[in-house]
Amino acid sequence: MLQALADGLLTGAIYALGAIGLTLTMGILRFANFAHAEMMTWGAYMALGVLTAFGLPTAPLGPLTFGWPLLLATVVACALTVALALLIDWLVFRRMRDRVGHLTLVFASFGIALLIRNVVHLIFGGRATYYTTELQIAVRVLPDLRIMPDQVFTLSLAVVLVIAVHQFLQRTPLGLSMRAVSENPSLAVINGVSLARVVRWTWIVGGALAAVAGVLYGVAVQLRPELGFHLLLPLFAAVILGGVGNVVGAVVGGVLIGLIESFSVLVIPAGYKLAIPFLVLLVVLYLKPTGLFGGTSGGR
Amino acid sequence: MLGVAVYLVFFLIVVTIYAIMVMGLNLQWGFTGLFNAGVVGFYAIGAYGTAILIGPDRAALIGGFEMPFVVGLLGGAIAAGAAGLVVGLATLRLREEYLAIATFGIGITIQLVALNFGALTGGANGLIGLPRPYFDLFAVSNAYNLAYLVCVIMIAGLIYLALERVVQSPWGRILRAIREDVTAARSLGKNPTLIRLQAFVLGSAIMGLAGGLYVGFIGFVSPIDFLPILTFQIWAMLIVGGSGNNRGAILGVLVVWGIWTASGYFIGQIVPPGYQSQAGSIQAILIGLVIVMTLLLRPRGLIGEEESVSSHARKRAQQAYKKKPEP
Repeated sequence: MLQALADGLLTGAIYALGAIGLTLTMGILRFANFAHAEMMTWGAYMALGVLTAFGLPTAPLGPLTFGWPLLLATVVACALTVALALLIDWLVFRRMRDRVGHLTLVFASFGIALLIRNVVHLIFGGRATYYTTELQIAVRVLPDLRIMPDQVFTLSLAVVLVIAVHQFLQRTPLGLSMRAVSENPSLAVINGVSLARVVRWTWIVGGALAAVAGVLYGVAVQLRPELGFHLLLPLFAAVILGGVGNVVGAVVGGVLIGLIESFSVLVIPAGYKLAIPFLVLLVVLYLKPTGLFGGTSGGR
Repeated sequence: MLGVAVYLVFFLIVVTIYAIMVMGLNLQWGFTGLFNAGVVGFYAIGAYGTAILIGPDRAALIGGFEMPFVVGLLGGAIAAGAAGLVVGLATLRLREEYLAIATFGIGITIQLVALNFGALTGGANGLIGLPRPYFDLFAVSNAYNLAYLVCVIMIAGLIYLALERVVQSPWGRILRAIREDVTAARSLGKNPTLIRLQAFVLGSAIMGLAGGLYVGFIGFVSPIDFLPILTFQIWAMLIVGGSGNNRGAILGVLVVWGIWTASGYFIGQIVPPGYQSQAGSIQAILIGLVIVMTLLLRPRGLIGEEESVSSHARKRAQQAYKKKPEP
């Protein structure tokens, strides 16, 4: 039981990081971005690319399986993911915003998701890979609970980032503009908020968090081109469970989805684990479509 | 020469079955504006539904009811329609993209069920040795395939004619009214949620029917036939031809399936064997490019939707045009 709790929290933390970016896109840009999870794939593989291209040593840092090179590579990967997000927005979404129905944006993101996934597959191949081949011995914390140092690192980093994003949205003028656009775009624009700037920063925050989440997933599980494809449903479920546009809701939703998945394996065969977010999603949509905490007006 | 003809028959059967799926999607997206991100799921439900109903009785499996093919076909379509009802009821009264997300979930979930629920679906091996309808009547399997092609084309033709009638009917006009302006449709006393649900379920059932026809043709089902890429292919076919127009949809099937087959052939010829799987993603990239470029550059598709104006308004406009004084 305790082990399921720990595993669920770890997965949930990664979901939460991905879900923040997705809920911002759905709240501020007002469309369900099917390509968001593919940015996690992209970020994870860009970090791998940086490690391989520069032949950086994989000497472990303390008890972790990876060292400072991966942290450095993650920073580069964040930049490359933000660049990709901004490029896609400039090439595709910008041309469609305000001109066509917002379902066309959903459709375009659906096609872009296919493109990103297959570009990654073309460059890196389809086999599962890892950042390092270091083995890690789980530390027995309690009689029935084993934790790996990597997991502690992942969880702590996720908590720090979530707090940072929350402070950014609550305390800074830019965060305030983003929340304002999410609540009511026309009113925000009348009050002098630059829509273009808010859109840009939504991609920057969402893209960077997606890259970190992708790398952490790669550390915790493995790297595969289908990484994002399989994460998309949990992310959507987390966002809708927490209320679309609600960042705190997305974090709680992500953690809850992680926990429900992890505990469900105790009852149902592990092969169906991927379907759990879908069932949660259907239950939420039937019973409380506004989510646990209610969304912003962009969510309705 | 015979080889080419045999392949052509095979190609055309697949194209026709895909065309049926595209017509189902066209009813949902083209006419009603509903985004279905899990086309492959409904197709798979139809295929497995048919397979379970017509399959031979086996001790290890739950299915195998040895029903006639037509019953299996209808059963598969009804099962796919029922799945459409479940997601439709959950999402159609909400924000539009919730349907997209939920249907995406259906696509993923059905694949998991196909892989893991071995007692019903045969797991990764699938269900093999399914009876092909009226196979005994033909001495040669090529002649059978040709006859099957004729049957499939006739079914596709019937669906085409039926859909053309349906979208011209008052019900079809409500579909487009809802797509263009929900509030206006609602203010005229229409119930958008109910009408959307009807269109979505009907479209899903048509996709299920396509799945059943595929099973009748190849005689087995396995999860390999229902990869997520199929959803993207069907979407590309619809958008290239022009959504909202069934003739465009059928043209799109030929164009996109042609691009897919030809690019696959060239990759097979050029790329060394060890890299084939990796290079195969070029095919998927082409499909993605087709979707995004069409949306950006030619959102109406090759043919596009015909303008629909009431005959009175058109007559009046023509008279006004005639009366207009020469400049």
